[in-house]
Amino acid sequence: MSVRRRGHAEVVHAALVDDAPELRDDRAPCGYLATTPDGVIVQVNGTFLAWTGHRREDLVGRRRFVDLLPAGGRIYHETHYSPTLRLQGAAREVALEIVCADGRRLPVLVNSVLDRDDDGSPRAIRTAVFDATERRRYEQELLAAKRRAEDSEERALRLAQTLQQTLIPPTPPHVPGLDVAAVYRPAGDGRHVGGDFYDVFQVAPDDWVAVLGDVQGKGAEAAVVTALARYTVRAAAVDHEAPRDVLATLDDVLRRADTDRFCTAVLARLRRTHGTWRATVACGGHPLPLLRRPGRRTVGVGAHGPLLGILPAPVFTDTDVTLGPGDALVLFTDGVTEGRGRRGELYGDDRLRAVVDDHRGPAADVTEAILADVMTYQADDARDDIAVVTVAVDGTAGTGPS
Amino acid sequence: MSAVDRHAVHVSGVPGARPLLFAHGFGCDQHMWRYVAPHFEDRFTVVTFDHVGAGASDLSAYDPARHASLEGYAQDVLAIVRELDLRDVVLVGHSVSAMIGVLASIAEPDRFAGLVLVCPSPRYLDDDGYTGGFTRADICELLESLDSNYLGWSSAIAPAIMGNPDRPELGAELTASFCRTDPDIARRFARATFLSDDRAALPRVTVPTLVLQCTHDVIAPLAVGEYVRDAVPGARLVLLDATGHCPNLSAPEATTAAVAAFVDEGLG
Repeated sequence: MSVRRRGHAEVVHAALVDDAPELRDDRAPCGYLATTPDGVIVQVNGTFLAWTGHRREDLVGRRRFVDLLPAGGRIYHETHYSPTLRLQGAAREVALEIVCADGRRLPVLVNSVLDRDDDGSPRAIRTAVFDATERRRYEQELLAAKRRAEDSEERALRLAQTLQQTLIPPTPPHVPGLDVAAVYRPAGDGRHVGGDFYDVFQVAPDDWVAVLGDVQGKGAEAAVVTALARYTVRAAAVDHEAPRDVLATLDDVLRRADTDRFCTAVLARLRRTHGTWRATVACGGHPLPLLRRPGRRTVGVGAHGPLLGILPAPVFTDTDVTLGPGDALVLFTDGVTEGRGRRGELYGDDRLRAVVDDHRGPAADVTEAILADVMTYQADDARDDIAVVTVAVDGTAGTGPS
Repeated sequence: MSAVDRHAVHVSGVPGARPLLFAHGFGCDQHMWRYVAPHFEDRFTVVTFDHVGAGASDLSAYDPARHASLEGYAQDVLAIVRELDLRDVVLVGHSVSAMIGVLASIAEPDRFAGLVLVCPSPRYLDDDGYTGGFTRADICELLESLDSNYLGWSSAIAPAIMGNPDRPELGAELTASFCRTDPDIARRFARATFLSDDRAALPRVTVPTLVLQCTHDVIAPLAVGEYVRDAVPGARLVLLDATGHCPNLSAPEATTAAVAAFVDEGLG
């Protein structure tokens, strides 16, 4: 394969054929250049010369358009501008800087078209140049503002994630004789601090509290209430043995706090005496926890109670259950049961109970299975936070001495 | 997702024949090869693709850590080669993809039969006793250029495509502008490209290598092409009768002829 290369004079002459004489005028409203397909300048108007301070005799036949650009612009020209021109026949609104005769930079916007001969081979590039000094200054301010906005968004996201991590213990503690597992999945893309929280902590030897709650709303204010609720429960559990009294204290604190937000919570106090675990459960506006027992169908346990932080004198109720080997309590937020399928139908209690019935192994298995099932049900797009805490009695724990 | 999908891989030509793998450089996408690659379809398996972040590639496959260096891009190339189970590959890499091809061939030399390095540069920045052509400040300026030209990215206004009566195939295919990509990825790719230094890789090439060099290439000047030729064992350099950095667009016939001569006679 060989190519006939045209001589220099021939190429320049071909590029000179010009159907836009008005642009050559010194009073033209834009700069104008014609170049060979390789970029050698063959024609330049007075406006371009006046803006840049270059002399016609220094440019025509001597310089290529790319030679008038600073280094960064040259790379952009070669990697974006020139290929676009070659493949699409035109390039528009390209932002460049021209290096003027005195070294000053002139910000410009450039439109170019590639002219072709009758046989399709490139003949000339014709380029209009617009002074964009003011526009570029404004654009740079816009860019700087955009960067600042992106930076603060990133900082806010990091703050949200850090906050979330302080509110949700990543892994529950090891409780001798109990098998504890938890999952937490924030709604959406995880950019906002959710309102779900849980905590599992020790009050005394063989005396533990598992609490799981849901503060109304999202964002910073909800996070403040979430933190308040969590630490109030920790403190109140030291003073009050009965879960209903802990919830009453939390209710009182929330009503006194400077917030309109309310919350729901379920609290289970787990105590081992003479080798047997007992759970005392109280609920405030929260779905009842599930009790799974070997050989039996899973049922809700406890009594419903009012929302926390709203009513003047709410009454909460304690319910006692004995937990034998293999028994499990499953605490969950309404992000599970109120998950919605494609047609808007609720995930519901029955599906949840069925998953618990089907998973009678370790606490982690049933906990992960619930999350997986409700996420699949929602096509992996959870609109609400999901939290699940499972407390199971070890297979041998109930029979051994404490 | 397969590598073929991630990279919008396009395979044409003769099935089972020697594969020519065309890799595009920084800035645009596989359309850069459209005046060259089709000329090989009568005798070779012709493969073109988009680097992740470019063209029709899967943007979600972009990994800032993996793609922070050219090594990550070389691994992408190898993933394509392995998935298509290509052997005796002649990789034709333009601009930064010349070095990506070098790194890929060093990692798995058994897959490759030859390299064509079109306007290569192993190091764009000037260094002690080495002239790459650019300073760090120049590259910062390039990043500003990218920013200025991606202002309208989010509104994604596809520029009107001019009619090309002599090349009607263009209009239908080039829907959005092929030289645009996500601005964040463009910035990162620019850094990975222009701040790279892979000079040490050149002596480790073990396959026959052809360097294609243009005159007046402001990105990879002749001295850099000669440096690559001297550093790669047994490499030859052909100076194309073409100006600029993209002979695959400005001189497709000469580029095609040089690649054809290499695959026909230069592989030894």
